[in-house]
Amino acid sequence: MSGGLYSTEKNDFDRTLDLKKIKPYGDAMNDGKTQLSFTLPVPAGEEAIEAARQLMREMGFENPQVAYSKELTNGFTFFNCYGTCSHTVDFTAIRVPKVTSTRWEMRETDAFIKERIGRPIVVVGASTGTDAHTVGIDAIMNMKGFAGHYGLERYEMFDAHNMGSQVPNEEFVARAIALKADALLVSQTVTQRDVHVQNLAELVELLEAEGLRHKVILACGGPRVSHELAKELGYDAGFGMNTYADDVASFLAQELDRRINT
Amino acid sequence: MSKLGLDFKKVERARVVARTIAGDVQEFVNRYTTVSVERTLCRLLGIDGADDRGAPLPNALVETIRERGLLREGILFFLGNAMIETGLTPPEIAERVARGELDVTLAAAQPAERIAAILRPHADAGIERILARRAKRERYLATIGEGAKPYLYVIVATGNIYEDAIQARAAARQGADIIAVIRTTGQSLLDYVPYGATTEGFGGTFATQENFRIMREALDEVSEEIGRYIRLCNYCSGLCMPEIAAMGALEGLDVMLNDALYGILFRDINMQRTLVDQFMSRVINGFAGVIINTGEDNYLTTADAVEQAHTVLASDLINEQLALLAGLPEEQMGLGHAFEIDPERENGFLFELAQAQMTREIFPRAPLKYMPPTKFMTGNIFRGHIQDALFNLVGIWTSQGIQLLGMPTEAIHTPFMSDRYLSIENARYIFNTLKNIGDEVEYKPGGIIRQRAREVLDNAAALLESIEREGLFTALEKGMFADVKRPRNGGKGLDGVTEKGARYYNPFVQRMLRAK
Repeated sequence: MSGGLYSTEKNDFDRTLDLKKIKPYGDAMNDGKTQLSFTLPVPAGEEAIEAARQLMREMGFENPQVAYSKELTNGFTFFNCYGTCSHTVDFTAIRVPKVTSTRWEMRETDAFIKERIGRPIVVVGASTGTDAHTVGIDAIMNMKGFAGHYGLERYEMFDAHNMGSQVPNEEFVARAIALKADALLVSQTVTQRDVHVQNLAELVELLEAEGLRHKVILACGGPRVSHELAKELGYDAGFGMNTYADDVASFLAQELDRRINT
Repeated sequence: MSKLGLDFKKVERARVVARTIAGDVQEFVNRYTTVSVERTLCRLLGIDGADDRGAPLPNALVETIRERGLLREGILFFLGNAMIETGLTPPEIAERVARGELDVTLAAAQPAERIAAILRPHADAGIERILARRAKRERYLATIGEGAKPYLYVIVATGNIYEDAIQARAAARQGADIIAVIRTTGQSLLDYVPYGATTEGFGGTFATQENFRIMREALDEVSEEIGRYIRLCNYCSGLCMPEIAAMGALEGLDVMLNDALYGILFRDINMQRTLVDQFMSRVINGFAGVIINTGEDNYLTTADAVEQAHTVLASDLINEQLALLAGLPEEQMGLGHAFEIDPERENGFLFELAQAQMTREIFPRAPLKYMPPTKFMTGNIFRGHIQDALFNLVGIWTSQGIQLLGMPTEAIHTPFMSDRYLSIENARYIFNTLKNIGDEVEYKPGGIIRQRAREVLDNAAALLESIEREGLFTALEKGMFADVKRPRNGGKGLDGVTEKGARYYNPFVQRMLRAK
């Protein structure tokens, strides 16, 4: 690396944490150190490296450094870069809509449902539309679950129906009606060109047309799904990265209780 | 000599059981045909193109007999009759049928010999074209040669065939040996193959004959440039399985995903439909010298990779026997398995090594297809790169045939050009620095690795015996693979299956099998 092991840059910045003005942390408070990589459609060389540096300045990085560059194929050069971020964010002003339920263990949720609902909650789940990936819906519904979090099939108080992948919205709704579902779970893994957004929106329209939307708890999930996006699209909840079956189960139990008992 | 101390008598017994299971399936398959098999015969006779609404001509033609409930007699009976009556070629007939100017079912029924005779030159032309393609590949392999195994397999998935070609050439120059063009999401469930070059797709590019041609041409160019033959892979699965085999054979594809069990379990395609389709597709792939890849690796994306490892081996053994019945030599069987154990699991790597070495020893001549971690890949691309490195280590250590390169961004997006570069660099580094590790290291008798291999083999043998008792169809209904249950009469495509009638005719199966 061109900078050598020990940094000789100026380090006279204020090292106290100010949550109103946070910036990236490398190895000292407020140093702003950021690592990023990208490819530019130009041949390798001094000009390419300079182009990468200028681009980083445009992105708001001071002291841009190209640590590594490599021509991937004729006319395309890859860069590993470091820079000092000049921007800050006011952390105290941030408000992110979140699923507000408390996360319980499987047994707690089962016990709660037994006591407050008095019957198993019927859940129908699917990866809908053209999405062929079952990994998301399986992680939430399958007996085995994912990463040590058992799926809804393992719960005593969930009657879980996993329809698998590539389920048309119409079929999904038909099954929900046939099973008198309390809750619907939709997984979307493929998100190229926002195909997931169109598909999720279409399901809401379909449920509204059938007069079902407010009779069921509707939740969606997937690596590119956030609770905020879900709410925008008319869902009751959205479960993104790093959420598991226990998050979904707790939410469904608490939400259904709220609807029935309050 | 087994490095794992495997009991090969036990392996042989398991094979015999798998042969019986496959034989029962074949007995069913021989009596049936499907709309896609019939469309395949059209394609092999040179019928291509689409009508003015974009419907492929093979569909237009086969649909006319299906609508009239005549599918059981097969398209060649009617095509032969119509050719004798009109003096037209198969493509000319298909065009007229599509325009509504001709009804092949109204032509007078001709004796079988006359139908065979009039079709023969057209069938010969299709066969010759496939043989010429095969010869071209063999010529390349004999002159410019190929990369060492494990072949490095990477995907391109831009949705635009021309962009795919750019990415594919880049990957080849970086060291890839096989380029797979991922199909657009949902193509496996289309009951037709789109026509022509395409530039729009979701998460992949349509498999069309013209796209196959464009990509093979791009790879021929780059193969010559870098002095190494680059193979092209596509997906011969879904509702158009045998048609895609025919298109691939005609355009010189080298590798095809080709596995009915995968379609049944993961695409909910009807099992009767796709097993009949699979036989025809494998006959073509075998004849064309195409390496097939099977999809057992996917079982471990839904089922647990430690508990269900034996289902992968059992399915590989069944797939091997089904492939042999379709005339596919072992050298063309890219049987699938995967590196999918939870990275948090203690000694998980040893289990992966045991599974890969065991699979290698049980299928010594097969170019095994080894799948990288997917289920436990996360947004932590840095750990992901290490998971892929361990996967590559097992690949070189156990001499896998086809190494599907894992990408650090597997869980995030279709690969960037730089992702592919980093993955190839990862594999080349490990394959080189550990080249002969497999010759050097032995496995401790009574150790974890040998015990694990024995346990998986025992469980696979027991599973095969229970499948033999019930038959493969029932086993699939009970969810023996991948924890997925599929009904015999459920799923997509059953309405395109029919028992063959008395006048059914398909000369290609016999001719292609006899060529062995």
